Amino acid sequence: MDTLVFDVAHLLAGGLLLLSFVQLYQDRLYALLNTFAAHAFALALSVAWQAFIQDAPHLYVTAGIALVFKAIVIPVALHRIIQQLGIHREIEPVVGIGKTMLAGIGLVALSMVVMLRVTAEADPLAREDLAFSLAVILLGLLLMVSRRNAVSQIVGFMSLENGLVLAATGAKGMPLVVEISVAFSILIAFIVIGIFLFRIRERFDTVDVHALDRHRGEGGTA
Amino acid sequence: MLFCVAGLLASSVLAVAAHRRRLASRSVYGVSFVISLIALAGALVHLVTAPSAAATATLPLGLPWLGAQFRADALAAFFLIVVNLGGVTASLYGFGYGRHEQSPGRVLPLYPAFLGGMNLVVLADDAFTFLLSWEFMSLTSWALVMAHHRVKDNVHAGYVYLVMASFGTLALLLAFGLLAGTEGNYAFAAMRGAQESPTIGALVVLLVLLGAGSKAGLVPLHVWLPLAHPAAPSHVSALLSGVMTKVAVYACVRVLFDLLGEPASWQSLIVLSLGGATAALGVLYALMQHDLKRLLAYHTVENIGIIFIGLGLALAFEANGLTSASALALTAALFHVLNHSIFKNLLFLGAGAVLGATGERDMERLGGLIRRMPYTSFAFLVGCVAISALPPLNGFASEWLTFQAILQSPDLPQWGLKLMVPAVGGLLALSAALAAACFVKAFGITFLGRPRTPAAETARETDRFSLTAMFALASLCLLAGILPGLVIDALSPVTLALVGGRMPLQSDVAWASIVPIAEARSSYNGLLVFVFIALSAPLAAYVIHRFASHAVRRGPAWDCGFPDSSPSTQYTAGSFAQPIRRVFGTSVFGAREHVDMPRPGDLRAAGMHVELHDPIWETMYAPIAGGVGATAEKLNRFQFLTIRRYLSLVFLALVILLLVLAIWP
Amino acid sequence: MAVIVDLFVQGLQMVLVLLAAPLLTGFVRKVKARLLRRRGPSVWQPYRDLARLLRKEVVLAENASWLFRVAPYLIFAATWVAAALIPTFAAGLMFNWSADLIAIAALLGSARFFLALAGMDVGTSFGGIGSSREVMIASLAEPAMLLMVFTLALIAGSTQLSTIAEVMSIDETGLRVSLALALIALIMVAIAENARIPVDNPATHLELTMVHEAMVLEYSGRHLAMIELAASLKLLLYMSLIACVFLPWGLASPAAGAGAYLVGAAVYASKLAIGGFALALFETVIAKMRVFRVPEFLGAALMLGLLGTLLLFVSRTL
Repeated sequence: MDTLVFDVAHLLAGGLLLLSFVQLYQDRLYALLNTFAAHAFALALSVAWQAFIQDAPHLYVTAGIALVFKAIVIPVALHRIIQQLGIHREIEPVVGIGKTMLAGIGLVALSMVVMLRVTAEADPLAREDLAFSLAVILLGLLLMVSRRNAVSQIVGFMSLENGLVLAATGAKGMPLVVEISVAFSILIAFIVIGIFLFRIRERFDTVDVHALDRHRGEGGTA
Repeated sequence: MLFCVAGLLASSVLAVAAHRRRLASRSVYGVSFVISLIALAGALVHLVTAPSAAATATLPLGLPWLGAQFRADALAAFFLIVVNLGGVTASLYGFGYGRHEQSPGRVLPLYPAFLGGMNLVVLADDAFTFLLSWEFMSLTSWALVMAHHRVKDNVHAGYVYLVMASFGTLALLLAFGLLAGTEGNYAFAAMRGAQESPTIGALVVLLVLLGAGSKAGLVPLHVWLPLAHPAAPSHVSALLSGVMTKVAVYACVRVLFDLLGEPASWQSLIVLSLGGATAALGVLYALMQHDLKRLLAYHTVENIGIIFIGLGLALAFEANGLTSASALALTAALFHVLNHSIFKNLLFLGAGAVLGATGERDMERLGGLIRRMPYTSFAFLVGCVAISALPPLNGFASEWLTFQAILQSPDLPQWGLKLMVPAVGGLLALSAALAAACFVKAFGITFLGRPRTPAAETARETDRFSLTAMFALASLCLLAGILPGLVIDALSPVTLALVGGRMPLQSDVAWASIVPIAEARSSYNGLLVFVFIALSAPLAAYVIHRFASHAVRRGPAWDCGFPDSSPSTQYTAGSFAQPIRRVFGTSVFGAREHVDMPRPGDLRAAGMHVELHDPIWETMYAPIAGGVGATAEKLNRFQFLTIRRYLSLVFLALVILLLVLAIWP
Repeated sequence: MAVIVDLFVQGLQMVLVLLAAPLLTGFVRKVKARLLRRRGPSVWQPYRDLARLLRKEVVLAENASWLFRVAPYLIFAATWVAAALIPTFAAGLMFNWSADLIAIAALLGSARFFLALAGMDVGTSFGGIGSSREVMIASLAEPAMLLMVFTLALIAGSTQLSTIAEVMSIDETGLRVSLALALIALIMVAIAENARIPVDNPATHLELTMVHEAMVLEYSGRHLAMIELAASLKLLLYMSLIACVFLPWGLASPAAGAGAYLVGAAVYASKLAIGGFALALFETVIAKMRVFRVPEFLGAALMLGLLGTLLLFVSRTL
């Protein structure tokens, strides 16, 4: 029974890592948003399971915040903003998707090595959860760095924050987890609103659908 | 054994004298064939009977206080088998092919000398004899590469080969110097006993990898291989690719496992990563080629990478004291040495047959040869299936053993190895899949389809000696694949001597399976797989022919209703490789395709240009060559000084030496 | 006596696999049709198709060689031998130790090698398209499959399928992250190797969208029947593999009696039904990818396999 409990925790953390890779794989904006919603949903499940194992009811609140806010509200809001502002919906990677995923594997290996060496004497379940969390954080950063689209950078930042929440809930008895996650969520909301409300789209590489006008007339039949 | 070598050298001298005679070619090749056969039989007997003490001999040549030591232990016996098997088949092939040779005087004397040199390298037991034979082997092979010196590319190939070979010998010289130590124990027996400090050991490993690795074809020292191997006559190419690279592997194995003491685990990491990179890059280079012989040469690079992966694993296991796993990895590597020499010889002999029949080496000018040269194409097909590591042939048996060795490695404690071994396993799997792709291309474009030029349309089958050689090798491929247990058991004295362990006795296992560690863990039975396939295919054919229809009608090709009579609308080698070039080539080779489409109304032909860069040549060799050239330009001024200036240089040197003498404490 | 019984059971499995393959294909087509609100052909239609093809005369291109005529039988034999070695209703059959998972993957590679060669034999551009795309897909799918095999072998301590199935069915193995990654990688590779949507469309004959169909364009009559049967066998093989490794319950152990075999057969049939339904659902829901998106898809499978292996090297409990 014990090992099954830990296995499920590992499986959920691994699922989060897998969804980070799936985010790296996407090249369309709506698909990225859907994947991010799944990512947040997996985080909610993982935090809820941790709450169940550690018998810490305040973590259920964190899970609820993750579920409602990040899995439902933010993706829907971003969806509507993208539609209204006409942001073009293809994400151009800086280096190809294959190379990005190869870099992702390298980052996972790095985080495994670092975490498993640094925390050599801690509880095994916590160590591996921390390793997965660090990997999710690094993959979120990779997503931010390797895409030219502003929305994908926001999504990368949010998945990075998901990794932080995972790390925080994995370590038993970390205080104020709920408060910290509420604070982070408000921060993200302000960033999202700020970016789009004040139309700082010029600061990023390409956000506007009018950029496609340059390529009008190219291309042939399918 | 030494008498065989003496016989080979004598025949080469005779060939110099008699090369103009009509029967010279046949007699030289005939004599080489017989001598190699005797040597092969002797080495087989030595390996199988496994006497407790190795046979040694000392000749009063070479260094005065040492003499020339020769020794035939288990490892040497195995590599003698490899060398002489190549010699037997190439001589048999040359018996028939030698008639096509335009300038026999440049090939005939050197061919037996080359064989003799390779045998000597394997037999040598002290550093002086070893280096002397190594240089002899390099020089004779260089002369053979330059045999067709009027072809422009061959001169460039010979030059690069000479430079790389000299560099390799220099590295080996330094390595043996370090191993000999300050007392100058050049005999291998003395080197075995001596203990080196870790820094000296590290330096020796690096120098041996540089020296022998460049001869074997490790990336990034492989650049001479695809230039030189195709330039030589075909049976010599077979020997260069199939046998001489293995002699270089022998040098590595001898130094790394036998002469050095305990290996350190970081050394195995270097060997592993070099092997993995070589395997992947070699096959990617091969996929971009459309010259049949260059494709085969790059493929040799890939297989050397696979062998070095096995060697690296064996070193890693040995450094951590896991002897049975180390024996498994070493057996896998040595089995692959044997297999590769068999099927690479076969493929080069086939390519030589095609070259002789059509005069073309470029695949894009061949095609449809399966109907004109049926026996050659069948033998070549067996070679292609074997090299793509498909069961039930021998390539699969050695790759299977290598994979099993990789699966033993989670027990390795070092972090570097823990991260590198899965990556190398992935690279090995990738290179195996790409090799199959490469040989579908090679066989498909050359032999299948429709003939693309008149030369391909009028090809004729080669003579029966070449065919006998090829079929002998093809049947060896099948035998080694069906009965791999025999080879593994024959290799056990070698692994016992080198790493102190061996794989479980294969002849004990039921039904001729092979078992790497224990039967409960995994086993493979090539014979049963072969029997199943050989039974079910004809059974299906019989059942269908008997109970359903067996009618056949010939008609034009369907081609989706667009029949096209011109053979130039078929896929070419470049177009076949295009998907893979797009996937892998854009990052590794900077591959760019550019379509030159004329505007409507313009009558010139459209064209597609593919631009490929060789990253290793451009990043490593071109700057070095440029730097050497620039330095030589500057130093050239010393050729044209006045006498006064020369005298002042001498005066300056004398003063400086005296100063040093004065200051030295 | 025991040897004869074992031999009989092994032979029974080989025949069962051969007979069940067209039924699975027919079932998948029927479910797809129903999901698209069509009635669809009967589940027995593939048998009728095979019988019809077997009776027809073969039309060979004028320049087709002996390789073209021999290849369908070789492809069929290699695929059948591979499919017959996977435990379906019972584990530990008589010849299962003669080929492990690596050998099975390589046998499928042999079949693909000869299929690609046959595509190039007649010398048309369609055959070239099919062969070149097929080897590109294979160059990524095979390493992904091998890395997945590594992951399974590292967990189970063996590459023998019966041993793996046994280890998977005991409790101590648990739900491990690397197993989940291996499952996803295997599903992705299975889709690519069986030429299913989103990699290739098995129902199309448009030259720009086909890979497998392009290679067999010139085949007719009994040769085409053999190749179609081999393709069905391959689908059955992959589904049996997923069922045997990841849903290992219900496999009869080696020495059990006929009752256990029947139970095993019934469980196997239900696993195939579930798998066929899931495949049909997946194919209906998703669209086909462009050809040059397939390397990214398979690259992702390769990365997942590598990640699974890496996790096992780095940590024994993951």
